[in-house]
Amino acid sequence: MAVTSLLPPAAIRSDLESIVDWVEAGSRVLDVGCGDGELLHALVHRKQVDGRGIELSMDGVRASVARGLAVIQGDADTDLKDYPSDGFDYVILSQTLQATRHPRIVLDHLVRIGRHAIVSVPNFGYWRVRADLLLRGRMPVTDRLGHEWYETPNIHFCTIADMVALCQDMGVTIERSLILGADDRAVPAPADSVRANWLGVQAVFLLQRS
Amino acid sequence: MNVAIDATSQDPSEAANSGPAGCIRLGMDKPLELDGGGTLSGFRLAYRTYGRLNADRSNAVLVCHALTGDQYVAEQHPVTGKQGWWDLMVGPGRPVDTDRFFVICSNVIGGCLGSEGPKETDDATGKPWALNFPVITIADMVRAQKMLIDHLGIDQLFCVIGGSMGGMQVLQWAVSYPDKVYCCLPIATAARHSAQNIAFHEVGRQAIMADPDWRLGDYLNQGTRPTKGLSVARMAAHITYLSEPALHRKFGRNLQDRKSITFGFDADFQVESYLRYQGISFVERFDANSYLYITRAMDYFDLAADHGGVLANAFRVTGPDGRLTGTPVKFCVISFSSDWLFPTSESRALVHALNAVAANVSFVEVETDKGHDAFLLDVPEFYQVARGFIEGHAARRGIAAKVG
Repeated sequence: MAVTSLLPPAAIRSDLESIVDWVEAGSRVLDVGCGDGELLHALVHRKQVDGRGIELSMDGVRASVARGLAVIQGDADTDLKDYPSDGFDYVILSQTLQATRHPRIVLDHLVRIGRHAIVSVPNFGYWRVRADLLLRGRMPVTDRLGHEWYETPNIHFCTIADMVALCQDMGVTIERSLILGADDRAVPAPADSVRANWLGVQAVFLLQRS
Repeated sequence: MNVAIDATSQDPSEAANSGPAGCIRLGMDKPLELDGGGTLSGFRLAYRTYGRLNADRSNAVLVCHALTGDQYVAEQHPVTGKQGWWDLMVGPGRPVDTDRFFVICSNVIGGCLGSEGPKETDDATGKPWALNFPVITIADMVRAQKMLIDHLGIDQLFCVIGGSMGGMQVLQWAVSYPDKVYCCLPIATAARHSAQNIAFHEVGRQAIMADPDWRLGDYLNQGTRPTKGLSVARMAAHITYLSEPALHRKFGRNLQDRKSITFGFDADFQVESYLRYQGISFVERFDANSYLYITRAMDYFDLAADHGGVLANAFRVTGPDGRLTGTPVKFCVISFSSDWLFPTSESRALVHALNAVAANVSFVEVETDKGHDAFLLDVPEFYQVARGFIEGHAARRGIAAKVG
């Protein structure tokens, strides 16, 4: 029997924790690739947002709906075009951009649909990843990037520097960024710094179309 | 105010909790206005209820039945003796928990299990309505249900739920009475009947009308019944409710009680025998003219056409500030991967329209090979989703886990 939890959720992943911090209370939020609804649930209960989700896997949608969340089964690559512009205050894409077929188009939709977009990406420029490739000559497999090359859902890897460049190219403003290093500790460095690109395991960006 | 013939109580909630039975007359003072013109006054509506209405009348769930369904959703059927048609969904401890919710299910108008339809007697003539019964629509069915809900003293339904044609009624409820529905589950359905759907229905209707015993619809007065035609209609329709893999899994090319084919037209194959049985058992409980009327109502269903050709407009309401805004109704749209009668693409079109007005919508396509009928069958994932949605919103609506 499914249990509908209305209690505040337990501790969540650190990149998700910072997303919860950034979102204004009472706003409208769309979480693209919401998984089992962990982040959305936290946002609904701690920030009283009006939250919606899109998730590709049926298991994820079922778990989310069972939590009382409004989640639809859908694909970031194909379904975002049906959402009206400025329909949400925040559109969140957490650890998913690298798994889409057309990241640039997806990013374009994110800043169109939301007044802000919050995007987190694993950093392929992290020193361990670079070292793996340089010294071992093998595609890196880390905690965050835990798949062998032939089975990874991540088909468009990028570095933090790549993300910064893409945003510039698209005329998207990086309002805020957070670089998380080993053990999810914050790296005090701006996103466009060399340091961030070496030490960041992942980065979270708050974006806005210019 | 509608007058109920069998309701003696003055307090509407007493009417709701006075018992599960019911065939009432509605529209005595204010007749039911029909989409096709004309009205029905003092019309019969047969319904069943389960559970109890709570003190603030917030726990009512309306179940809408499909084309050949009826009001016996969660109890033994009086004609067939079979279990309720949706007892996997409705009952104590089920997703629509009758210990928690007050569940209402009425036979649609145009139906043949007690509600006003072609089989019933036209008071004006003292004879069965037959083809003099007005052609009705899904919206007419829903208007009649709304009169019942008013009669029961319920201002807002917590939930409206149904599959197939029941899902069409669910959508119509959300569109016609957005402030009277808290949340809803349109299942294995569509916002319009497709050309293919209409085509299959036309085959069924032609089968009925080609039966010499149909007598231009006047069979009840002439003492005949077009059982052959109705049975063929059911056989053809039944195929559309299944999937090719499901049929193959069930029957393959297995022979029926014989070792080899007979080189004749007897039911050599199990699938033939099965379909014949489906046809024959159907005619015992269903009226041929009702089949014509209800299939027609489904054919005419097209929510977008009613709203300038834009489906999203069906889900726009006027907000408190006088501006158009998205519907407040919360939706859980469910489709089944092997349903080719109401395919997932139709549910997606619906979800896109709801997204376009920023409605609160959940959507799941359930993986199954059981075809359109999956919503009536044991598909655990389906009931898990329904339960999660209903429990989540019941908690939000503050409905106690048991009626006190």
